[in-house]
Amino acid sequence: MGNDAVFRVDGLRKSFGHIEVLGGVSLDLHAGEVTVLMGANGAGKSTLVKIISGVYERGGGTMQLVGQDFAPQEFAPNTPAEAIRAGVVTVHQNINDGVVADLDVATNLTLDRLSGRGAPTLFNPGRVRSEAKAVADRMGLAIDLKARISDLSLADRQMVAIARAMAHQPKVLILDEPTSSLSSAEADRLFALLDRLREQGVAILYISHRMSDIRRLADRIVSMRDGVISGVFDRKPLDYEGAVNAMLGRKIHLDRIVARNSAKPVLTIDGLRIAEGARPISLMLGDGEVVAVTGLVGVGKTALAETLFGVRKPLSGTMVLNGKPYAPGSTGEAIAAGVFLVAKDRADSGIVGDFNIQENISLPFHKRMSRLGVLKRRLERATARRQIQELGIVCRSEKDEMSALSGGNQQKVMVARWMSQAAKLFILDEPFQGVDISARRDIAAKLRASANGRATLLFVTELDEALETADRILVMSEQTIVGEHRNADIDLERLLAEVAGGPLHSAA
Amino acid sequence: MSSGWVRMAAPRDHAIRYGFIVLLFGLIGYFAIAADGFVSPQSAVFIFQSVAITGVLALGVTATLVVGGFDLSIGSVATSAMMAAAYVMVVLEQNAVVAVVACLLIGAVVGLINGWLIVYMRVPDLLATLGMMFLLVGLQRIPTEGRSIATGMTMPDGSVANGTFGAAFLALGRHRFDFFVPNLIPVSVVVLLVLAVLIWFFLEYTRFGRMMYAVGSNERAAELAGAPVKAYKIWAYVISGVFASIGGILLAARLGRGDIASGNNLLLDAVAAALIGYAVLGAAKPNAFGTAVGAVFVGVLLQGLTMMNAPYYTQDFIKGVVLVVALVFTFALSGRGQR
Repeated sequence: MGNDAVFRVDGLRKSFGHIEVLGGVSLDLHAGEVTVLMGANGAGKSTLVKIISGVYERGGGTMQLVGQDFAPQEFAPNTPAEAIRAGVVTVHQNINDGVVADLDVATNLTLDRLSGRGAPTLFNPGRVRSEAKAVADRMGLAIDLKARISDLSLADRQMVAIARAMAHQPKVLILDEPTSSLSSAEADRLFALLDRLREQGVAILYISHRMSDIRRLADRIVSMRDGVISGVFDRKPLDYEGAVNAMLGRKIHLDRIVARNSAKPVLTIDGLRIAEGARPISLMLGDGEVVAVTGLVGVGKTALAETLFGVRKPLSGTMVLNGKPYAPGSTGEAIAAGVFLVAKDRADSGIVGDFNIQENISLPFHKRMSRLGVLKRRLERATARRQIQELGIVCRSEKDEMSALSGGNQQKVMVARWMSQAAKLFILDEPFQGVDISARRDIAAKLRASANGRATLLFVTELDEALETADRILVMSEQTIVGEHRNADIDLERLLAEVAGGPLHSAA
Repeated sequence: MSSGWVRMAAPRDHAIRYGFIVLLFGLIGYFAIAADGFVSPQSAVFIFQSVAITGVLALGVTATLVVGGFDLSIGSVATSAMMAAAYVMVVLEQNAVVAVVACLLIGAVVGLINGWLIVYMRVPDLLATLGMMFLLVGLQRIPTEGRSIATGMTMPDGSVANGTFGAAFLALGRHRFDFFVPNLIPVSVVVLLVLAVLIWFFLEYTRFGRMMYAVGSNERAAELAGAPVKAYKIWAYVISGVFASIGGILLAARLGRGDIASGNNLLLDAVAAALIGYAVLGAAKPNAFGTAVGAVFVGVLLQGLTMMNAPYYTQDFIKGVVLVVALVFTFALSGRGQR
């Protein structure tokens, strides 16, 4: 297809404070081509998109938008509106950011014109409808223009958001994980629309983790890791496993782990289904064992963690914990049964900002730390001090505010919280996110050293983290477990193929 | 920048920590000099009495602030309880115990409904309790067709209400204990002190209070730590409703009748006391001790202004100014609000 680069990014840099998020990213987008951008959390994808769409200011480098006459024009948007006017349009991940729920489809499709410069002061419903109809027709959009957005399905809202974006007739369209909340039938409609746009010569940058999307759409794949482009794949047939590999990296520190086996089952899961249409999960976790579940974002890792912890209910299946049936109806029940979860995203789901270290550590165990409802403060303080020692949390005292701690130390407090009491099943969802390398090593070492007497289950996207920490590695894809590996002489090719959801596993 | 911060931190911390206490004593000192008779037992009684009712209401609303909510219905719960007490004793001719129980029930039920609206119907707290406020202001007028309730009043159906406020009930508002000076401490102040200590202990020392603070600070983290978050929120509104109804009982006992026009300032004064409480001792969060100090602050301010013959219509303005200053103390100076 077209070899003419429509949009060119060269040496783009961005730092927040002294943390470099983009370390010189160069990227070309071509007319009539879908370029898929892959990258794990924190790889810098969102930052890149936000710079291109004018939300963030860039720290360095250049961006060029090539017009029809091939005269490169400097492209440096300072606001999202400028980027749109220049012809670069972004549909953000959160669908509801792209549409106004209380207005009808026609108004949404023409919203930018109503708010733009030179927009008429008076609102002319007839003209709005005819303009909206023109936009909808061009997209092949079959949605009632009078329907309210809030009455539409997520897929239809997504279509409206994209159609609205396309009303600007952009040269470049950026889609940030557009299918993350769509069903596969809904996604198919989106793909048909994207095919149409591709034929119209739009350069599309498509950000996704879903391998099925990528296989369906990609003309090229660009992998990102740690703020730089780690691989470009454009030779047909596309090397999907190579792309996953480039995204997850494989700087393996060989044989740091002596994988253990466990005979004594702690948790047995039988026929557990966590999503509509997903194949059931069956597995066994043993005493003293550290098991990592890996897989791309959105394959159901958090859903499985939350099911085990009683946040959500499985569609079917049974669980047995230490010989007794286990079906938690709430987080409180899970904790009482000895199942603890260090939740993903500590700022949102873990840290109580108004509490100091000591109060954060004791949070789930108030009942065990009180008599007649009155907290035993001395016990609380002693526990906190012990845990600070155990995990090597760097702080002045157990009374320090959480905001005074570094990300790594905050995470250590979260782990310390749940390790302050004995667990039967200890679950950690992305425990190494936003954690520096030394804290990550400390936490992993602590998990392994204390593993006896419980089963430990780790959910991680980054393969390195699984290889560094676990005795056994399970691979998740499409809301189910698709592979199992003992962490010794691992067949990485097969593991990566499973992560990428390739044909290798579907035969198995 | 960081070294400058360390040098600045100490005096700044002290200003935030003790600023409002110093201000309170400064205010007392100023009124003592400027207003004749401010330092007298009679004046103290007035302050105590005015503090008692707003203080009880403020302690209740503190509980909702702790879980990250707000209760605008406290003033109308108090006046509804007052009207109910009068109705039970004067019209239904029941005794004091029945009246008190009826009031407490009203407070608990209103709190439950508020909590249900907010937690299960997902109405934002301010709007739910605002709606409840309007509802109660209207409801309390219906049984008597908008008239105040007093012994000997004529009912809508032409009969005469012959019940009376029991002596025991009136004592709640009028009896005073000796404290160095005879007849100094009203019963209502004792009620306030007991409730203040109770709620202070509950919030600071029990696991339920601790978890309420956790719910207010990070609801999801509290839920993932095993807390029944919905129940905690509903309980906070029940506490608020019950405390407001206790305030209403004290009000009825002081007035000796069900006065349809009284209690207009209760909401404003109580909310001001609770919010001023944020600034006391640099807590930067709702807390029982701060609320009590806030209530005294408002009481001293009003009594002082009254004794200096400041016109009544300037009082709300001055209260508002003090409240705004207290909020600046809490949110800007302590830097907590930015999170």
